Amino acid sequence: MTPDIDKLTKIAAQVRRDIVRMVHGCQSGHPGGSLGCADYFVALYFHALKHNNKFDMDGRDEDLFFLSNGHISPVWYSVLARSGYFKISELATFRKLNSRLQGHPTTHEQLPGIRIASGSLGQGMSVAIGAALAKKLNNDVRLVFSLHGDGELQEGQTWEAAMYASHNKVDNIISAIDVNGQQIDGSTENVLSLGNLRAKWEAFGWEVLEMNGNDMTDVIRGLDLAISKTGKGRPIMILMQTMMGNGIDFMMHSHKWHGVAPNDEQLTLALAQVEETFGDY
Amino acid sequence: MKKYTYTEKKDTRSGFGAGLVEAGKRNDQVVALCADLIGSLKMDAFIKEFPDRFFQIGIAEANMMGIAAGLTIGGKIPFTGTFANFSTGRVYDQIRQSIAYSDKNVKICASHAGLTLGEDGATHQILEDIGMMKMLPGMTVINPCDYNQTKAATIAIAEHHGPVYLRFGRPVVPVFTDADQKFEIGKAWMVSEGTDVSIFATGHLVWKAIEAGEKLAEMGINAEIINIHTIKPLDEAAVLKSVAKTGCVVTAEEHNRYGGLGDSIAQVLTRNNPSPQEYVAVNDSFGESGTPDQLMKKYGLDTEDIISAVQRVLKRK
Repeated sequence: MTPDIDKLTKIAAQVRRDIVRMVHGCQSGHPGGSLGCADYFVALYFHALKHNNKFDMDGRDEDLFFLSNGHISPVWYSVLARSGYFKISELATFRKLNSRLQGHPTTHEQLPGIRIASGSLGQGMSVAIGAALAKKLNNDVRLVFSLHGDGELQEGQTWEAAMYASHNKVDNIISAIDVNGQQIDGSTENVLSLGNLRAKWEAFGWEVLEMNGNDMTDVIRGLDLAISKTGKGRPIMILMQTMMGNGIDFMMHSHKWHGVAPNDEQLTLALAQVEETFGDY
Repeated sequence: MKKYTYTEKKDTRSGFGAGLVEAGKRNDQVVALCADLIGSLKMDAFIKEFPDRFFQIGIAEANMMGIAAGLTIGGKIPFTGTFANFSTGRVYDQIRQSIAYSDKNVKICASHAGLTLGEDGATHQILEDIGMMKMLPGMTVINPCDYNQTKAATIAIAEHHGPVYLRFGRPVVPVFTDADQKFEIGKAWMVSEGTDVSIFATGHLVWKAIEAGEKLAEMGINAEIINIHTIKPLDEAAVLKSVAKTGCVVTAEEHNRYGGLGDSIAQVLTRNNPSPQEYVAVNDSFGESGTPDQLMKKYGLDTEDIISAVQRVLKRK
């Protein structure tokens, strides 16, 4: 199916509005990484994933997605709601008492679309591999996708998982890393350099692709290419270049908006930059 | 005192290995994972029987816990196998977030728990694992006492939905429970009825409690011995019923006295029927190298220690 790039771009604009409004609404949360990954999430849920909007934990015969860097929950919640997993009005409850939209994603409150808790970093790739192995045991040909932060790669468990996946030819998994070069305390270059990510992942035996995570056409190209490379004996890694805070000019080019909420004035400035395309929640 | 005899000694980890094969035969969703300790965990038979349902993870326990959590998504019932130390403390956050908080049906099976691991010393002799695991909401914690009970427990946890910590050990110990027993999670086992003192024991300490009970009987003390194989959820009714009769308590476990079975019993009594209690447990220290018997004696976990704890608690009644 030929994707409607214009429509996907419009959905991404609405998702960016949701993110900023959600974080503003509770005066907490992580807008920077969420905004940077908006195009990836929209391309994933509205194009790449073969999934059922009627949620089932086991997810047999459908593609699964796992978010390892759980702090970018606003973008995931927005896209889940916008693709029909729950009502968009529920986005207003983000991080508030008695909400299913916890600060970090969890199965505990039974929010449709979430299959594992994440937030404590570095655990998601292992979980995604486990789900991919279950699919193989079940003769289920669908795929498993996962997303990870670049700073998150500083957690050692990711590399345990990386080694396992290539050794065991887990070739039904497509992981992506949000390479925005920023983490809480500054740039990854200054905090703890990640070195040559392509060389690292290739050395760990993965098929490595790259894409511009803030260009919808390129995200579609990258995801389609990744899907075409599954089933060939190697796990797939997409190094996705993004800009933290993408879409809101004053949130870009810095790590400052990793985990800070905009005030009323900043919200107005931000919303003026992204068009309301599908209606605010 | 009810009479218990045994004809052979076996290790509880072999009970796990036998139970795992049986659980695998009964349910084809049962899968097993190991972090480079197949022989120690006695998983060879399962691997031989079900090679496609076994995952060698390598020395990467954090990854093992995550993969196990993921395998449940798709309906598998994963059993992870490594030493108790690497099954708990090393991977506490993975268990907490990816398994317990995520309510995943993972069975964390932990061998070489406690001092009886022996010569490897304190780096491997975890004495805090029961405490860590029982603090996790929703986690079931089981510490069976012999080969047969461990085998039965392994089969039972496959049929129970939810995360479980199953703790067992390395040394050979008397096999004195029934081979065909049905293991009921959360149900205490009345080993021997008595009237003077309640001895609540778990794991390797159950046999020692029986030995103590026989010697106490010779001294004219009629001890009630109850096997608490499931530390969480605790059979509070059985505890309270026994203590209502005896009025005092000795708890016995191969664990630090902080956070183990003794504390679980104490909490029930504090809320319902405050009673004198003595702990037979490791006195807030690490272990060391030695034979299992030497270590149990040095760290106060032997039959004689249970007897003296009973004598102390009787004076406080």
